Amino acid sequence: MSQSVGINFKKSSIDALVAGFLALILFGPIVGVLLDGYGFSAEFGRVAWMVAIVVVGRFVMSCFFQTEKGVAMAFRYANNDEGATVLSPNHKSKMVWIIPLVILVGLLVPFVASKYVLTVVILGLIYVLLGLGLNIVVGLAGLLDLGFVGFYAIGAYGLALGYENLGLGFWSMLPIAALLAAFAGAILGFPVLRMHGDYLAIVTLGFGEIIRLILTNWASFTHGPNGVSAPLPTLFGLEFKRRSKDGETFHEFFNLPYDSAYKYMFIYLILFAVVWAVLFIKHRLVKMPIGRAWEALREDEVACRSLGLNHVLVKLSAFMLGASTGGLAGVFFATYQGFVNPSSFTFFESALILAIVVLGGMGSTLGVVIAAFCLTVLPEMLREFAEYRVLMFGILMVVMMIWKPRGIVRVTRTGFAARKGAVK
Amino acid sequence: MTSLMEFKEVDVHYGPIQALKKVSLTVNEGEIVTLIGANGAGKSTLLMSIFGQPRISSGEIIYRGEDISQKSAHYVASNGLAQSPEGRRIFPSMSVEENLLMGTIPIGMDHAEEDMQRMFELFPRLLERRNQRASTMSGGEQQMLAIGRALMSRPKLLLLDEPSLGLAPIIVKQIFQILRDVASSGMTIFLVEQNANHALKLANRGYVMVNGEIRMTGSGQELLVNPEVREAYLGGH
Repeated sequence: MSQSVGINFKKSSIDALVAGFLALILFGPIVGVLLDGYGFSAEFGRVAWMVAIVVVGRFVMSCFFQTEKGVAMAFRYANNDEGATVLSPNHKSKMVWIIPLVILVGLLVPFVASKYVLTVVILGLIYVLLGLGLNIVVGLAGLLDLGFVGFYAIGAYGLALGYENLGLGFWSMLPIAALLAAFAGAILGFPVLRMHGDYLAIVTLGFGEIIRLILTNWASFTHGPNGVSAPLPTLFGLEFKRRSKDGETFHEFFNLPYDSAYKYMFIYLILFAVVWAVLFIKHRLVKMPIGRAWEALREDEVACRSLGLNHVLVKLSAFMLGASTGGLAGVFFATYQGFVNPSSFTFFESALILAIVVLGGMGSTLGVVIAAFCLTVLPEMLREFAEYRVLMFGILMVVMMIWKPRGIVRVTRTGFAARKGAVK
Repeated sequence: MTSLMEFKEVDVHYGPIQALKKVSLTVNEGEIVTLIGANGAGKSTLLMSIFGQPRISSGEIIYRGEDISQKSAHYVASNGLAQSPEGRRIFPSMSVEENLLMGTIPIGMDHAEEDMQRMFELFPRLLERRNQRASTMSGGEQQMLAIGRALMSRPKLLLLDEPSLGLAPIIVKQIFQILRDVASSGMTIFLVEQNANHALKLANRGYVMVNGEIRMTGSGQELLVNPEVREAYLGGH
């Protein structure tokens, strides 16, 4: 490099002071004032060390970005241009090796992990399903949906109420709930066909709230805030309870001592299979004309019209497929909790699922899987810091927006190989 | 000659504003017909109204003996009308091949490979860039892609909205040469242009649109030498 890299300490000091001042404004009232009954006490010490951390951190960062390495790093991240990169046609994905390995490890998990770890992983997989569903709507079709939790609730309540009113078990409700959610997706999809961006976001936000309010207030059917209990899955009629009213239970049939972990193992294995099925279907869909049509719609709606794309069909299919995946996730959530009530389906959940899609990288399957695990498993592992969970989400989001605005895994497209007899 | 598409006294309104006033024009099979006019004359409106965007408020658009003015865009497209929209409107983050494949939507993927080869013969530049993201190409290449994408649906009538928009003169020449090649294969072309000089030289017949009305019509040659047209569109020389 021609320009010598000298560190301008004056500039760094000014940066650090500005950051410190902003931190003072931010942390002063939040951390510095402790409510104590009707009065409050000022905690200057805590503010002081928090601001000190910010000042020192900003100073170090500012110095670092003036070094050669820092400049190179800033350049690399600044060069994040729009869109996906196209891979060469004969690009061999490393996934060919990784996928069987992940499946193998995944199948071993229930037999080696403790019950607690298993429940956390199940929750992670449920969010993977939710993320994949929303990824179709937001990531591929570009329709900003803030009410995705509505479909999740329909799936969960579908299982619980279907069992209570119609006596349908887990296995019959799994497809029915997916269809119900898809149907709800179509109902939501029709009126919003003409909407874009902000307006669509507002309507879908309203939809999510309507579902939650119905579940809370239609007490005669949904039992309101008291919630409903949901059934467990059965293995060819064998139940996973301690004792069964009709027929044998799982542990009696296999002469095992009763263990409540069996049901989680079973739920995990079904869920694991369903997640892989959804991953496979999604992977295929993206390469089919319908997947291309979703992406085309996201990129340029006018062009789609001029190509005679049936945008009603394309938008509705995105909504319905996304919704049905959300419905599936809901069924698993209900059976895993054994109980559902409306407080599980607040706007915060929608925001969390959207965060998964955005962090993972819009349209990227692998990214969504990673992000779903990060955002569900990490908070469990860091239970001591539970109060700071939302703060951590916020920091994570800001950091991602700066350094990886396209998400953890950027979407890549595989090029086409020249075909036989093609013009070269 | 049989008429392929015919506008009969078409009116189009945007709210209280009338954009097209009793427009009548005919495109016969095998012809290149051009519609020239200034900014805001209603040229693009006319083209988009074929795809029902906006819907016409009165009159008829007859395509192969059928009134298509109230049909959906995908019905129109799957019956042999293809459009290269104004401003190219390619899909920026898709690769060139994916863009071309999007053009097959009205007819399905049956002829996709064969047609793609045809496009690469017609536009060798696209072959070089087949696996590149469309947004990384130059304006001329993007225009070629937009025309190629429209041709992928094997149209009977190709509608082009200002293919010369924002391109360097030498590229415009290239594009028009390609259009000449496409037309010589028997394709019927309806070309909407501001670049009257190029358009009228290429076209068999032309219409001149002013403020939503057809002011003049005649063969390409006639209009090219018409003093009024020269005055208004060809800079008077």
